[in-house]
Amino acid sequence: MTETIDNAVFVLASALRLAVPLLLACLAGLWSERSGVVDIGLEGKMLGAAFAAGAAAAVTGNAWVGLAAGVAASVALGLVHGYASIDQRGNQIVSGTAINMIAVGLTALLGAAWFGQGGRTPPLEGAARFQPIALPGADAAAAIPVLGPIYRSLISGQDALTWLALAAAPLTAFVLYRTRFGLRLRAVGENPAAVDTAGISVRALRYAGVVICGALCGVAGAYLSVAQAAGFLPQMTAGKGFIALAALVFAKWRPGAALATCFLFGLLDAAAIRLQGVELPLVGQVPVQAIQALPYLLTVVLLAGFIGRAIPPRASGVPYVKER
Amino acid sequence: MAPAIELVGVDKRFGAVHANRNIDLVVEAGSIHGIVGENGAGKSTLMSILYGFYEADAGEIRIDGASRRIRSSRDAIAAGIGMVHQHFMLVEPLSVLDNVMLGAEGGALLAQGAAATRARLAELGRAYGLAIDPDATVGDLPVGLQQRVEILKALVRGARILILDEPTAVLTPAEADQLFEMLRALRAEGKTVILITHKLREIMAVTDRVSVMRRGEMVAHFDTARTSAQELASAMVGRPVLLKVDKTPAAPGEIALAAEGLVARDRSGVARVDHVSLSLRVGEIVGVAGVSGNGQSELLLALAGIAHPQEGRITLGGRDVTRLSPAALRKLGLAHVPEDRHHMGLVLPFEENESALLGYQDDPAYGSGPLLDRDAVRADARVKIRAYDVQPPDCLLKTANFSGGNQQKIVLAREMERDPNVLIVGQPTRGVDIGAIEFIHKRLIAMRDAGAAILLVSVELDEIMALSDRILVMCGGRITGERRAADTNAQELGLLMAGVTEKAA
Repeated sequence: MTETIDNAVFVLASALRLAVPLLLACLAGLWSERSGVVDIGLEGKMLGAAFAAGAAAAVTGNAWVGLAAGVAASVALGLVHGYASIDQRGNQIVSGTAINMIAVGLTALLGAAWFGQGGRTPPLEGAARFQPIALPGADAAAAIPVLGPIYRSLISGQDALTWLALAAAPLTAFVLYRTRFGLRLRAVGENPAAVDTAGISVRALRYAGVVICGALCGVAGAYLSVAQAAGFLPQMTAGKGFIALAALVFAKWRPGAALATCFLFGLLDAAAIRLQGVELPLVGQVPVQAIQALPYLLTVVLLAGFIGRAIPPRASGVPYVKER
Repeated sequence: MAPAIELVGVDKRFGAVHANRNIDLVVEAGSIHGIVGENGAGKSTLMSILYGFYEADAGEIRIDGASRRIRSSRDAIAAGIGMVHQHFMLVEPLSVLDNVMLGAEGGALLAQGAAATRARLAELGRAYGLAIDPDATVGDLPVGLQQRVEILKALVRGARILILDEPTAVLTPAEADQLFEMLRALRAEGKTVILITHKLREIMAVTDRVSVMRRGEMVAHFDTARTSAQELASAMVGRPVLLKVDKTPAAPGEIALAAEGLVARDRSGVARVDHVSLSLRVGEIVGVAGVSGNGQSELLLALAGIAHPQEGRITLGGRDVTRLSPAALRKLGLAHVPEDRHHMGLVLPFEENESALLGYQDDPAYGSGPLLDRDAVRADARVKIRAYDVQPPDCLLKTANFSGGNQQKIVLAREMERDPNVLIVGQPTRGVDIGAIEFIHKRLIAMRDAGAAILLVSVELDEIMALSDRILVMCGGRITGERRAADTNAQELGLLMAGVTEKAA
């Protein structure tokens, strides 16, 4: 009994850790696409941020400086995408892909040049890394059946960025649905002409969307290199930016659903790790690749049948040109 | 009292195009002022300048006697100008309330302005008969109500001057009458209304004064009571025009094309064409009237073989052609002029002679085997250009560089010059200027007199009534009535278009 609960808590805690970067990137994509700018470059921005955060934290020994550097790097990449998509009305897929490619090359190159450790940044210790925050009474509560282990291992012991990610979802929902800025942002992703004729700048709103997207991607990247791991590894995002895009479609561009979806994907990931080498009755040993493919399969299958059509913001990916 | 709007010497160029030349205009406060002109005459550009979408290169705008610079829509709104665009500026997935509040939220949090906006909507609803459910999703509303949301948006922002760009294009005649009632109510409250339209009947019905634009210039101003549709049309075109189509009574012969129980469903399974039966005889024009989006487009696609119906049967000269392709139908003498020439009728980046051959590229006259004989293609294009007076008469020019009316002539020449037995034609004069309309109408009548069977689908009721010998009315995918053109009138057809069926009427 106790072992089962411990096991469950372990998997859930692991799922949460895996869900945090997905959630941040997914919300980042949500802000960008709701404003009408398709962002396939979440992956590249996350990677760039992870490197900048890892490098800055290693040099300064301060995790928060690392976070700031990660956010700055990611916002800078976002502004490049914004300039190409909003001002130059370029193809947003091409621009996003370019950012992904630049990030892979540039992080490896700069990492090797600066630190000479094969593209890695130096390992982070102590204040250079976001440490788990122990909540009061965590150990004392451990003896309480069921709730004790949940409190000790799942709720207590999370780092600051995890709490930030969990707060970002309701905050996004609030701003999007309850504020003037949110209304305008939702409108500009659906029909920019309506926003323009209402006397509001389409350009400013879309840049705001792109900058918020960059900031959230920056936190996601910093989480990877300065909280989850102790330093930057080349290509450490490993496709998380693309899974976040899948989660965004799955969640139909809604923040509440994004939270649930990312946790589900995190859970599948955690199960994949847990099931490595485990013999299941009848099936035998499940190839780990099969489980790792689950989030993708789930997205395709569920989108094809169960959750109905996912309709993106109508103007997303379409540059706004005043008709002549 | 100072005029609500005064434009002095307003001038605007887009590159080589001189869209507005030295425009002077005076709109009296508390009046309904019509602006008419053909497509491309510069009406929309002028209104876009007034609404801050573009800035004029030269000239002065005076609002209520005071000179104003209007550099953005925000400036225009602040000056008390509201605009109802032809293509609605609405965000469809949002509610009526959200759409009305967009840009006039009344605080950083939506809750701060929501109650006041609701109250204002209710108040305006009572005052002008503009009642609407503020929580309805705009995309679910019929177009008439969507237009109401647009008007409410302007009024909530405190507009004293309301500009409406082609407001009746999407309305049934009854809805249009309702709109005009409301405009009169606004005028009675002291508001000023500018109505842009190309429908002279509406100008005559509702305006106090009317200004006419032609090729970027303001050419004439009239008191509506002291002018006529005939005089306005001549001023628009710059020469006398025949508004009435001269034609003799039809002499219908045998059935050329017949449809029985056609059903065409869209992807979600809704019957867009719902058990439609019709017959078309040699030597007659049958008009299909209806508000845009009531199944006429789908009916055209089914009859032309482009989208086969799920149920029903189509016969051409007694032969079952339900499952034939457009190419096979063309060989059997059925020509189709599609509703949207840009989408289906032409390839805009092609040269004129290439667009003039589309669909007939396999004709041996254009070359043997897989090769085209370009000289033959061009020679043929030149013959058609002459016959249809296409301007400019250059078959090497890109199709995109012709005006709407001349593009339409290219399509009509392609389809009609082969003397088809049956011609199915959708919106033959949409976006075409009055001079070309006159020409196209004469051609259609001449084809009928030569023994062709013509099915005419148009959302312009005037056009249907002027050309047709028999009229079918479609509403919600069904045929709600059939009338002989000689025995009906706009009111009766309007009721049928709105779905009031035979029994109820």
